[in-house]
Amino acid sequence: MRLQISTRLAIFAVLELTAREGRQLSVAEIGEKYGVSSHHLAKVMHVMGRAGLVRAVRGAGGGYQFAGNARRTTLLDVAQLFEELSSVEHDSGTAAATPEDQALREVLNEIDDIARATLGSITIATMRKLVDRRAAGGGQRSKTEMPGRRI
Amino acid sequence: MATAKKARAAKADTAVRVRRVRAADIPQVIGLDTRVTKLAKAEYWNDVFRRYGKQRLQERFFLVAEGRTDGADAHVLGFIIGEIRAWEFGSTPCGWVFALSVEPEMRLQSVATELFEAISNEFKKAGVSKMRTMVARDAQLPMLFFRSEGMMAGPYIQLEKDLD
Repeated sequence: MRLQISTRLAIFAVLELTAREGRQLSVAEIGEKYGVSSHHLAKVMHVMGRAGLVRAVRGAGGGYQFAGNARRTTLLDVAQLFEELSSVEHDSGTAAATPEDQALREVLNEIDDIARATLGSITIATMRKLVDRRAAGGGQRSKTEMPGRRI
Repeated sequence: MATAKKARAAKADTAVRVRRVRAADIPQVIGLDTRVTKLAKAEYWNDVFRRYGKQRLQERFFLVAEGRTDGADAHVLGFIIGEIRAWEFGSTPCGWVFALSVEPEMRLQSVATELFEAISNEFKKAGVSKMRTMVARDAQLPMLFFRSEGMMAGPYIQLEKDLD
């Protein structure tokens, strides 16, 4: 699954802001770490501000603070500010819904459902744990263990 | 003492002890499950106790968290049940958690975390290095909890079909 650049930036920004309680960062500081323009990131922060996920702190040394509940805000809450993740009707490009078209939509909807469930099950607090584990050099998942074929 | 009162009293005393289930706990387990699921199933829980509380205890773990309210009156605040299963679906031995419940008034007090850690330790002591569970996609509370404990999607996909 691919997320829009704005979605990824929003998630990265929230993770930066929640790295420490009450952390306050400017758009420039976050943009520098991820190599993105302040202009683009400012738009992203504005959208999150309107949604109540971050708050702007004005004045010298101002910036943004996280304004949500990290244990309740999920990746889905952030992602759906920037992209369509609700149940969408997949358009195969044909006008009439043939049985083939309907079957394909059913499969694509299953993929969408799983993606939404995954994003909706991971909070910012859980993501911080994953990030911290990665930063500490742990948490690599084994890719070798796969279920054997049952014959 | 009424159940809600007991839970509130236990909240004040945050000491939680996790231990194996006893027969005397089952009425409280049934009561807790009924409050949470709105469906009384005493026969089911008595059967679960018979199978997971009394048999093959080296690979089956029915644990309860109790809070002490007045030094003697222990109250069941939550429970977790799991077992080590081997070779189903081609899997090497691993721990499966198939039930977890916490008194609603005691949530966000780390009771579930204590239960989760206790059963994780039991699985490790029994020699397995992986634990699994299955959660309904729309069951947000348990999903968020298991995720917060570090559980990620595994290599299996659950499939089903309507039987006509």
